[in-house]
Amino acid sequence: MSPLIGPANFMFFDFFPAAILSVLIPVVGVALFTYIMARRIAPLVRAAPDNRFNNIPERIKNLLIIWLAQWRQPRYMVAGVLHIVIFAGFLILSIRSTSLVIIGISDGFVLPGFGGVIGDIYNVLKDYAATAVLVACIIAAVRRGVVRPARYDVPAKYGKDHTAEAVFVLGVISTLMISESLFEATELAAEMQHTGHAEFLAPLSLVWIFRGMVSGFAQSTLQGLHLVMYYIHDLTFFFFLCFLPMGKHFHVITSIFNVFFMRVKKGNIKPVKYGVNAEELDNLESLGVKKLEDFTWKHILDFYSCADCGRCSDQCPANAVGRPLSPRFITIKARDLIFKNYPIKSGEIYKSKLLVEDIYTEDEIWSCTTCGACEQECPLGIEYIDKIVDLRRGMVDEGMVPQSLQKPLKALEKRGNPYGIMEKKRSDWCTEKEFAAECSVKILDGGETADTLFFVDSITSFDDNIKTIAKNTAKILTRAGVDFGILGKAEKDSGNEVIRFGEEMLFQNLKSHNTEAILESGVKQIVTADPHAFNALKNDYTGLPPVKHVSQVITEKIKAGALTLKEAQEPESVYVYHDPCYLGRHNGIYEDPREALDAIKNLNRVELAKSRDRSFCCGGGGLMLFYEPEEETRMGVLRVKMAAEAGATVIITACPFCLVNIQDAIKVAGKEGEMRAMDFTELIAQHLA
Amino acid sequence: MTQIYVYVTHKGGVADDIASEFIAAAKKIDTGATVTAVVTGSGADLDKIAQSLTSKYAEVIKISDPALAYPNAEVIRKALCNVLDKSAILLAPHDTLGMDLCPGLSIKMDSAFAADVVDFEGIDGGKLKLVRQELGGAVSTHVTCDISNGAVITIRPGAFAAADASASGKVTDKPAGDLAVKRRFLEVVQAEVGDVDITKSDVLVSVGRGIQEQENIAIAEELAEAMGAVVSCSRPIVDAKWLEKGRQVGTSGKTVKPKVYMAMGISGSFQHMGGVKGNPYIVAVNKNPKAPIFQVADVGIVADILEFMPALTEAIKDLK
Amino acid sequence: MEILVCVKRVPDTAENEFQLNSAGNDLDRDDLVYSVNEWDNYAVEEAIQIVDRVGGNVTVVTVGDSESEEVLRREMAMGANNGVLMSDDAFEGSDGKGIATILAGEIKKGKYDLVLTGAQADAAAGQVGGMLAAMLDLPYASLVNKIEIEGSKLKIGREIEGGNQEMNEIELPCVLSIQTGINEPRYVGIRGIRKVAQVEIPVKDAAALGVDPASVGDAGAKVKRVDYFVPVLGDGAEMLEGSTDEIIAQLIERIKSKGGLA
Repeated sequence: MSPLIGPANFMFFDFFPAAILSVLIPVVGVALFTYIMARRIAPLVRAAPDNRFNNIPERIKNLLIIWLAQWRQPRYMVAGVLHIVIFAGFLILSIRSTSLVIIGISDGFVLPGFGGVIGDIYNVLKDYAATAVLVACIIAAVRRGVVRPARYDVPAKYGKDHTAEAVFVLGVISTLMISESLFEATELAAEMQHTGHAEFLAPLSLVWIFRGMVSGFAQSTLQGLHLVMYYIHDLTFFFFLCFLPMGKHFHVITSIFNVFFMRVKKGNIKPVKYGVNAEELDNLESLGVKKLEDFTWKHILDFYSCADCGRCSDQCPANAVGRPLSPRFITIKARDLIFKNYPIKSGEIYKSKLLVEDIYTEDEIWSCTTCGACEQECPLGIEYIDKIVDLRRGMVDEGMVPQSLQKPLKALEKRGNPYGIMEKKRSDWCTEKEFAAECSVKILDGGETADTLFFVDSITSFDDNIKTIAKNTAKILTRAGVDFGILGKAEKDSGNEVIRFGEEMLFQNLKSHNTEAILESGVKQIVTADPHAFNALKNDYTGLPPVKHVSQVITEKIKAGALTLKEAQEPESVYVYHDPCYLGRHNGIYEDPREALDAIKNLNRVELAKSRDRSFCCGGGGLMLFYEPEEETRMGVLRVKMAAEAGATVIITACPFCLVNIQDAIKVAGKEGEMRAMDFTELIAQHLA
Repeated sequence: MTQIYVYVTHKGGVADDIASEFIAAAKKIDTGATVTAVVTGSGADLDKIAQSLTSKYAEVIKISDPALAYPNAEVIRKALCNVLDKSAILLAPHDTLGMDLCPGLSIKMDSAFAADVVDFEGIDGGKLKLVRQELGGAVSTHVTCDISNGAVITIRPGAFAAADASASGKVTDKPAGDLAVKRRFLEVVQAEVGDVDITKSDVLVSVGRGIQEQENIAIAEELAEAMGAVVSCSRPIVDAKWLEKGRQVGTSGKTVKPKVYMAMGISGSFQHMGGVKGNPYIVAVNKNPKAPIFQVADVGIVADILEFMPALTEAIKDLK
Repeated sequence: MEILVCVKRVPDTAENEFQLNSAGNDLDRDDLVYSVNEWDNYAVEEAIQIVDRVGGNVTVVTVGDSESEEVLRREMAMGANNGVLMSDDAFEGSDGKGIATILAGEIKKGKYDLVLTGAQADAAAGQVGGMLAAMLDLPYASLVNKIEIEGSKLKIGREIEGGNQEMNEIELPCVLSIQTGINEPRYVGIRGIRKVAQVEIPVKDAAALGVDPASVGDAGAKVKRVDYFVPVLGDGAEMLEGSTDEIIAQLIERIKSKGGLA
């Protein structure tokens, strides 16, 4: 038995029971926390609906992997490991903290089930946990305060530096660890003095070290320290609880919910409003996100959950080239606005202004290529594409569309392609004499039928340079024995970028036109060489036959023996495959194109450092080719430099827009002659045996 | 006999080139027409201009008034109405002054109006036959214009060859009459240097990757200066920051509708040509005989622009 | 301020390739797409911005057949308050003066402080604004690329040669023709147009406008288009060969004939 009196029984000045304090602090703390949370929940209640109670098994899986196992954390190794330590420590210590609160009222309280061996094991575990958390906090504080990785910087236009808050919180956590350990250490030291017997403690743990340090103290000192540490811990604990919802550490509370509710389907865009179908859109008063409360509750929860780790912006290609967009600050600015409009102190709710005039700029919102690198990276499952699209929908509804985008949008409305070229010229690429002599392509406009539809889409149909992708695809499909045809003038732009640029109604028109044309053609499957078309047809359209990217078909046919490839024609070239965002990240197709390339014997293929789900966007496709962003350099140029670092001489892409952007970038980077870009289909066509 | 007035514009004490082009235009209307030059303005400069025109025109009507010192179309319109015979044909340049002046003038004179004429094909039965362009120059049209009650016609500067005529005419002073108007000229704000609007230029010297180095942009600028053109470019030039963004032609740049487009070292990508509208006359110079630009150009030359442009610049300068 | 903007439905130059019909005397209009004349769109945007600043109404009017209603709706979707379609068989074949006469009929019936037109339209004549002003005895300025309101007067900028800006003071009421680039017209999506799909647009004929049918249409036109033609174009460029001097001589001759040497 310890000779020290615990907080439950101690009398201050011999008359004032410390237990009153032990009750008061939690009561006040919890009451305050409840009020703060009620204020924080207010905007969630007022926000737009969101459909996040579906796919429960998938959500539980996310919870276990992304939240509990912290799967995405080690993508940034140092910070990731530190976070895992602190996160695991918190989980372990939450039990100890709970029982500590009750110990303040009832001496020697032990949570049910934590007596005996389990309790002993837990004690060792939590002692090490506290120690590890403290060490992690110190390292983290040094990183934030001294090493200062660039991704934590706050550019002047986004406000003040966040280091102080980060280091303060690390200090708070350290205080918790130290006070908890000292509370215990003083008791154990007193007991040791009393009994002469040292109870077993996890060696080298914080408690173990502290017990050694205080073992020589007088008992009265130990008694004082014991109580002081208890109340420091108690106060800090409840202060921390109420402090969490004030800033980036809100994620300690919200992360479990945010990960549970994170997006489970990829590649698609959320409906304008959950519960409102396409036909009813005309009846909506307003479309898209214009004011704060137009966001869905999940998107508000996203804003709360951001830990300010900067990984999204570190991966964001728009941010990398100096466009006025940093996903991190899309969130931080919105969170700051929520805090401002829903102040804790006054309890008032202020009216939100048009977001793109208040906290965002139009250019900022147009700068996103929707590549998805930010969402792929976020350890908390925060989403950006749907928010950007919702904001764009709002801007389109308000008429706030840059002139450079109005031109192609109008052309899409009038002609079904962004270039304003006549519909009847859509199939010109396959009727050109030279090509037609070599390969005949059926046009499924009533008379002819085919098993497979080759959905060409606009750029591949009209751009003289990119038509080669259409031609090579047709050649490969023919060689592989695929019975295919194209829609010709009945095809309109897939609209992948139309919906992503917020022109919902135009997209709905394109979608229903194409859906009707495709179903009418009677095909059983669809193939496309354009990942953007692939994505739209697969994820934004409904009721279509299965859609495949040509790389999937090629790999299938190679495996089935229907397609054989020659040995590498240029064994001296070094090839590198660039993952298109809409093939890779949005649709998980990483291996098919690689397998097809590796089916070419002796092809010398290297990998980019940033590849697969960390692929770096080439600059964006569709309408993005028309947009004039403010930027310091082009995404494609950075990508070409990465390829040069990988030692490549040929960049293989599997997307028409990647080809356009990278071809241009090679010129701009001054690497003409050293390096060239080639579409995947061209390389395969070259090697058809 | 047809009476034709030609309204000669002038700047800095010198008549515009249009003064010589009117002679050719008037001849195409009616070889036997009486052609009278009309000038408005004030002061000694105007006297000088009127005098200089007597070497080309048998009669020069000079309307001098302090209110005409700056060419304010509202004032000029009143002056011309006060002075000229309303049943005649008046030719004026289709420039920013002519456009300001002439449509309203035709109403005030109760005569027909035709704008931006590029050719005349004579008079047939009281109707003047002329050629214009529509739809941004994409198509041309034949037009008839009933001149029985006179006509006001603006002609496109440069469309008619400058003709030499020798005359020893005389200057007739005419009083301007009442010139009270409700529009007052204040000042001309000069365009900022480096803030050139390529969409408004009739001739563009457009450079692409073939220019190779930033220093070579000057070569294109010299050619543009000699041609009275403006330098534009393709995207790689902007990306390299050799020219400002406002100079870029293309789908991600400006859409231009010039009359003549000099594509210098431009391969002619789809994205670039997407910004060239209005069916201009495209001159392509490129080292690569297979450059796609030659498919869309009207005239092509396989050459290194760094050698070709200076030679062309010299030739044009010699011409002047 | 009560502002009237005259707009026109025209074949879109950006989205069409113009070809002649088989008879060779008119455009092949089967595949053409139409939209509001680009300059007019800037004029409407400017009118809306002025009304946003000082209050008032924007009325858009057009002369044309029933299909022209779509451009009125598009401009109303932008924010114009009223639309009027002037349609009558007698209007067909009007020349610029005829169109101006019809428009003047409507303007005289209302009380407008400011009348705007586009600087030019598909026929590239740039005539209607100036004619209107002369018919209504109002002051006029063309190619306007800046408007500031100063009481009963406007301070306006005109775009003149060399990209320079000629500043003028003009009394209200007046007629201005608007140059592109004066503003950035807002985007009008399909949804916006559908929102105004049910708005009633009055249609006025010659009688309603008090216009003498003989003064407009083909009957009143002094200027008539006879036919269209397209200068013959070959396949690809004509390649100039020979010595540099020869090439340059040929080239200069060609550029000159195309108005490329000022």
